[in-house]
Amino acid sequence: MREFARLYAELDETTATNRKLGALQQYFSTAAPENAAWAVYFLAGGKPRQAVPTKLLRQFAIEYAVLDEWLFDESYHAVGDMAETIALILPPPEKQSDVGLAEWMTERIGPLRGADPEVIRAALFSYWNELDTRERFLFCKLIGGGFRVGVSKLLVTRALANIAAVDSKLVAQRLMGWTDGSVRPTATKFLQLIAAQSDEEHKLRGGQPYPFFLAHQLQGDPAALGALSDWQVEWKYDGIRAQLVRRGAQNYLWSRGEDLISERFPELCAVRLPEGTVVDGEVLVWDHANEAPAPFAELQRRIGRKTLSAKLLAELPAVLVCYDLLELDGVDLRALPQHERRTLLETLVAAVDQAQLKVSPVVHADDWEALAELRAESRARGVEGMMVKARSAQYGVGRTKDVGTWWKWKVDPYSVDAVLIYAQAGHGRRASLYTDYTFAVWDDEEGKGERRLVPFAKAYSGLTDAEIAQVDNAIRKTTVEKFGPVRSVKPTMVFEIGFEGIALSTRHKAGIAVRFPRILRRRDDKPVEDADTLDTLKGLLAAAGA
Amino acid sequence: MGDMVVVRKEGLYCVPGQFYIDPWRPVDRAVITHAHGDHARYGHGRYLTAASGVHVLRSRLGDISVDGLEYGETVVHNGVTISLHPAGHVLGSAQVRMECGGEVWVASGDYKIEPDKTCAPFEPVRCHTFITESTFGLPIYRWAPEQSIFDDMNRWWRKNAEEGRCSVVFGYSFGKAQRILSGLDPSIGPIVCHGAVEPLNRVYREGGIALPPTLMVSDVSKADLKQSIVVAPPSASGSAWMKRFGDYSDAFASGWMQLRGARRRRGVDRGFVLSDHADWPGLMQAISATGAGRVIVTHGSIPVLVKWLCQQGLDAAGFDTEYGDDDDDVAIPPQPAEAKETTEASDSAEPQEARNA
Repeated sequence: MREFARLYAELDETTATNRKLGALQQYFSTAAPENAAWAVYFLAGGKPRQAVPTKLLRQFAIEYAVLDEWLFDESYHAVGDMAETIALILPPPEKQSDVGLAEWMTERIGPLRGADPEVIRAALFSYWNELDTRERFLFCKLIGGGFRVGVSKLLVTRALANIAAVDSKLVAQRLMGWTDGSVRPTATKFLQLIAAQSDEEHKLRGGQPYPFFLAHQLQGDPAALGALSDWQVEWKYDGIRAQLVRRGAQNYLWSRGEDLISERFPELCAVRLPEGTVVDGEVLVWDHANEAPAPFAELQRRIGRKTLSAKLLAELPAVLVCYDLLELDGVDLRALPQHERRTLLETLVAAVDQAQLKVSPVVHADDWEALAELRAESRARGVEGMMVKARSAQYGVGRTKDVGTWWKWKVDPYSVDAVLIYAQAGHGRRASLYTDYTFAVWDDEEGKGERRLVPFAKAYSGLTDAEIAQVDNAIRKTTVEKFGPVRSVKPTMVFEIGFEGIALSTRHKAGIAVRFPRILRRRDDKPVEDADTLDTLKGLLAAAGA
Repeated sequence: MGDMVVVRKEGLYCVPGQFYIDPWRPVDRAVITHAHGDHARYGHGRYLTAASGVHVLRSRLGDISVDGLEYGETVVHNGVTISLHPAGHVLGSAQVRMECGGEVWVASGDYKIEPDKTCAPFEPVRCHTFITESTFGLPIYRWAPEQSIFDDMNRWWRKNAEEGRCSVVFGYSFGKAQRILSGLDPSIGPIVCHGAVEPLNRVYREGGIALPPTLMVSDVSKADLKQSIVVAPPSASGSAWMKRFGDYSDAFASGWMQLRGARRRRGVDRGFVLSDHADWPGLMQAISATGAGRVIVTHGSIPVLVKWLCQQGLDAAGFDTEYGDDDDDVAIPPQPAEAKETTEASDSAEPQEARNA
């Protein structure tokens, strides 16, 4: 744990990529493989299930520190991070320990899951007493399940590739699936990760997907891309990006977050793909009557369920809209040009001939202008815009342009002007700053003749640090009431809020829910009275056809 | 008898003595606890401060009418016996003891418990009522011994020097900078000070405080800069002045660096948790050592400390003051370049770092 804590501190204490890379290589070349395996798992974004409920963790920390609960809460509000708060309030340890990360994970933290609270208390008290502040912070993060490191997966991949002296794309490939919850990091797996390239690569791959090829945002005039005929245009769906893998007589469905989601979509596991096939596409709930994707909210209903009843499966049928073919007959096709992969994909989907496997239609237009007109229909079609893919593009690794480019050409977000009415302090680097806001619009209730503000969205992002500081200052000056970490403020500030989707909701006061809300800009020019109304939102809802 | 010290719009006021302590608006007579800008302001008729702080005060406020009082020496003003006692915060910092009709009040100004080489160590003063600061009034603030922080800092500097990289540490020019200097190991390389820091170094040296030799940036060759440590005020961060240091590693020295969030907001590589204020155990220790039955809490975590002290059976309340705006331990704006513009205080109960940008 000490070595990993040191690595964590080094990564945390520099923003320079080279120094981060150096720290990673140093760690990977000296750590025991079983410990390094767990480090890779966490650094690559692995999130184990929470071993101890936050409530217990907090309660036992308060007990151990002999603090009042309110004082702990005040501290937490200042720190903005539970693990860090606990690490800082506990009295100094009396012992030290040399237990490695793997042993911590498998022998110490793992068994706490579901254990009796008394057992957990005794374990925590004993462990806390052998860890320093930095190690306690990590320890709390590891048991709390919310561990994040300030390092990109790409950098971890590069560090491993340098240690192994192999191509980093190969390491990226080997890393696929590492962070899925069902996988347990082991010394053997780590050694495979950094082994020399072998002829067995494909066999070792098992049910793993390929690294996803990601698109760049298209800004400005698409005509700058040159002749439209060099591009393959498709709709941009708003679902779950996924690869469906068929190997070893089994289907595996992987999300872009590299979670294995097969169990959630039994109909896709039932697709009869030939052995050695990998397709890339979008999981959507499909409205078969209208031959159109259902709103994202419907897909959310599917994702949210642990058990899938036959009724739900019938009501919310999932499909995979395929847009690429990465492997056929066990052969990696990623180096083929886009249009060749496309032809093979169309043939495959036609041969499979099952309703839950669709091919993403290619959008045809005479020129960019005509295409832009079609794009304007995106919302009515239930899509987010278009994908523009170079016909010659290979299937790259990650968000790259080195072997050809994919562009996403999204429609402009919806936007309304809304009033800030509640604020809450942020977390991490925004701790102790009011950065999380609730926005409201006016509700003109008919017949009553009076208007009130109804909250409709929360947003955290979109302001610069300088703007946040101004807003924070204003919030402190216009506070009406404090409820724990939340403040209600006098309505004085108007912001333009952007969002991607809008749907009816029974869970929200305003009766609607918006997707991906964020702050587009502050509207200093606009008085609070002129902010938008609930009717404006309802109008957008009607136009969206939901 | 009413309270000996009350808050007026001008500042803390000693009623029988008819003088102010660290007033924020111009008054006739001001007792100054220390020369940080939020406590020592322009425009008062006459100043009284610790003898060791007169120089510092003059260097910051120019030609003012100021009397110096040795620590422990007394002076009687309108029937109030005034004496000043070391607060351990910066050079010349003092707690103000006021005695009148058998009643003793002490106003702490800013204070720190752990002794350091740059100023007289904090001295507990028995009193009936203690007016305490509360900058770091939360149990998450517990400082490591300063030597271990200096060891860390020297280790960081040495590693950077070995890798041919300049080390830049940001800290307030008055007090924090000299404290940093007092802990640096000059055998590692040259020590360079920003132009805002050097005048204060002079004042400290003239006051008999030993500091290692310091250079101006123009005295150091480009090659030597890579081995050097640079002590600069936070306002230098992001300025053109920094460009000359090439690929440097930077650090910020402040009690706020205890929190990862604060360090990340600063955008520096390292945060050294080096504070000139009392940590939570320090506040408790100081308050208890005064033997005071009544405690009045100023700038920092007022509600928290008041509630906690009341639970401990003390008679505690808060004073709203305008301190805490011009002291880097207190003022951490999210964007370094915008440091120290606002002087208006809003709600001293809030983490001060956040509001002053």
